[in-house]
Amino acid sequence: MNKSTRPSPIKVQNLSMRYHHKPVLTDVSFEIPEGKTIAIVGPNGAGKSTLLKGIMGLEPLIEGNVSFFGEPLAQKRLSTAYVPQREEIDWDFPISVLDVVLMGRHGQLKLWQRPGKLDNEIAEQALKDLKMWDFRDRQISQLSGGQQQRVFLARALAQQANLYLMDEPFAGVDVATEKAIIELFKTLKAQGKTIVCVHHDLNTVGEYFDWIVFINARLVAAGPVEEVLTKENLQKTYGGRLSLLNDLTEEMYRTRLNQAHDSD
Amino acid sequence: MEHFTLLNPINPASTWQLLIEFWQFNDMNVLWVLIGSILLGISASVIGSFAFLRRRSLIGDALAHAALPGVMMAFILFQTRDPLVMFLGAVTSSFIGFFIIDWLPKNTKIKPDAALAITLSFFFALGLMLLSFIQGMEVENKSGLDKILFGQAAAMTQDDINLLMVVTSFILISVVLFFQKFRLIAFNASFARSLGIAVNRYELLLALLIVMSVVVGLQLVGVVLMAAVLLTPVATARLWSDQLKNILLLAGAVGALSAIISTQISYLAPAMPTGPWMVVSLSTLFFLSLLFAPKNGLIKRYLQQQQLRQKVAEENILRTLYKLWERTQFEQNDFSITDIQGLRAMHTLDLRKTLKLLCRKQMLKESAHGFRLTDMGLEQATQLTRRHRLWENYLNEHLELSPDQVHSQAERIEHILTLEQEKQLEEELKDSRQDPHGNLIPNAKKTKTPAHPSKQARSLSS
Repeated sequence: MNKSTRPSPIKVQNLSMRYHHKPVLTDVSFEIPEGKTIAIVGPNGAGKSTLLKGIMGLEPLIEGNVSFFGEPLAQKRLSTAYVPQREEIDWDFPISVLDVVLMGRHGQLKLWQRPGKLDNEIAEQALKDLKMWDFRDRQISQLSGGQQQRVFLARALAQQANLYLMDEPFAGVDVATEKAIIELFKTLKAQGKTIVCVHHDLNTVGEYFDWIVFINARLVAAGPVEEVLTKENLQKTYGGRLSLLNDLTEEMYRTRLNQAHDSD
Repeated sequence: MEHFTLLNPINPASTWQLLIEFWQFNDMNVLWVLIGSILLGISASVIGSFAFLRRRSLIGDALAHAALPGVMMAFILFQTRDPLVMFLGAVTSSFIGFFIIDWLPKNTKIKPDAALAITLSFFFALGLMLLSFIQGMEVENKSGLDKILFGQAAAMTQDDINLLMVVTSFILISVVLFFQKFRLIAFNASFARSLGIAVNRYELLLALLIVMSVVVGLQLVGVVLMAAVLLTPVATARLWSDQLKNILLLAGAVGALSAIISTQISYLAPAMPTGPWMVVSLSTLFFLSLLFAPKNGLIKRYLQQQQLRQKVAEENILRTLYKLWERTQFEQNDFSITDIQGLRAMHTLDLRKTLKLLCRKQMLKESAHGFRLTDMGLEQATQLTRRHRLWENYLNEHLELSPDQVHSQAERIEHILTLEQEKQLEEELKDSRQDPHGNLIPNAKKTKTPAHPSKQARSLSS
């Protein structure tokens, strides 16, 4: 790995997460390089989205630590943009496309402040970059799946971040949107920005991304595509979960053993 | 219960007299109560909108019920009807209810809906128990406490109204100030959190505003029906607009209107509780909107459905005539009703009606020999057939559906394909001249329509 002086955009150390008592991720550690596109890959229920939410502090970690450019998230909020899964949102919500994109500016706005002229210009540019400017006054329920995704990406662009974390941006989008996202990745990469995506399509992962993090309840492998996209890693990732690990970890959380054993 | 009389049958003029007196505002108190109830209608509708949008509609209902034991407890402890004491008591117990509703699903196996129901009924029962306890107590001015069950505008004192004005103004100012943040959190809370916005703090503020509006509304609307004032206005407004700002304005207006109606009635018939009147007038507005709203109304939807049905019936006949004409090698032009029914099952009455309509639209011409397509009719029939067969080909080639399967699909899709989509299909299906059944796909519209259908027919069949 490249040991430059600049700290990695995301460094995950010994991260464990659970849902109620069920372990979702156990002891995951990795570090990603700057200015690359990185895919988080794994089967359904492997904990990909959970990992992203854990990194963004949206779900609690039971153990572990995440740093952004060597600092905690609170210090790097403005340089980090998060794109949630499309399904999370009520698309019947009464709001227009432009207003959704302007939401990307709220990190910079104080309390009751409204988006100003500069914010509007930034939002306009973001919409134009994703070819959604003509749709700016549309109510969001009148958009196709791909257009909805582009609105979300425009909102992330409006945040003007250095690091983008996206939850399945390619899920259920049309060909035009897929191309638009790839274009966007190229532009962002050319500006030295880092993109981390949860990705589900093994056919395209090698083509769209520079780096892969394979997970299935634990870290299987992380590294450049050429090195880690191997049959062996795929088998390990998709070969089913380790049931004994799973059962015992669940047992540990249920009995609160991790709290009773805090000596070390 | 007291006997309610709205109209005095012996002297109907007195009701009219009362109404005039009401609007003359000779009694300043009337004016203040009216203003107070309008402010409550507006603020409750606006703050309720956010609960509605966050799909937590029932929270207002639970909070209103949870306020009851607080009011009673405050009265027992301090033996006073001072509005501020009552208000603080109600806010406290509402908030306790709110935290129980919030805590239960997060920390136990109980789901949110069950948590709401359990809390609501427990607090309401507790409040009723305390109320009957108070009624057995030997204290002054306990009468009228039961009015907060269903609301009684006419029973409000000047102090009540002052408090109502302060609280509702506070709510409205907060919503104006924090509109952007409230909207952001209601739309996408996890994104708001990722921006570093203190979502929990805003949620608490929102809960506080809802609790406050519920509590000051108790005297006007009552514990039991308060939820309707929070939710019905926004549900009504949502039918009319897609923009949150307009929805809030409209919801406020609806809330104000129902407040005016119900307060007035409360003065005409003082024995009548205000709450039910407010809710009935709100619901009437809601049902009227449900019927007549321009985009989402039931009537509009019914009319659209009828229109579509008519369009499909017409287009089906045009296409049937085209097919009949095609079968005679484009020789015969006139076809009888029996011919048409031979190819398309349709009720004779409906068929006649539609044929007549098509004749009036100059798509068909009726003669002693039967019906024939006019130039205009032929143009449309050709286009429909073309779209139908292109779509069949598309399904056949790209989805590998069998020729039997594609027909019924295309029967529906032909009616909605646009010119643009037709061109797109053409591009994706290069050089398809025949549909999967072996029929020729007619060419796109010629710039010059031939004077007689049979001329075009010859050029097509060649």
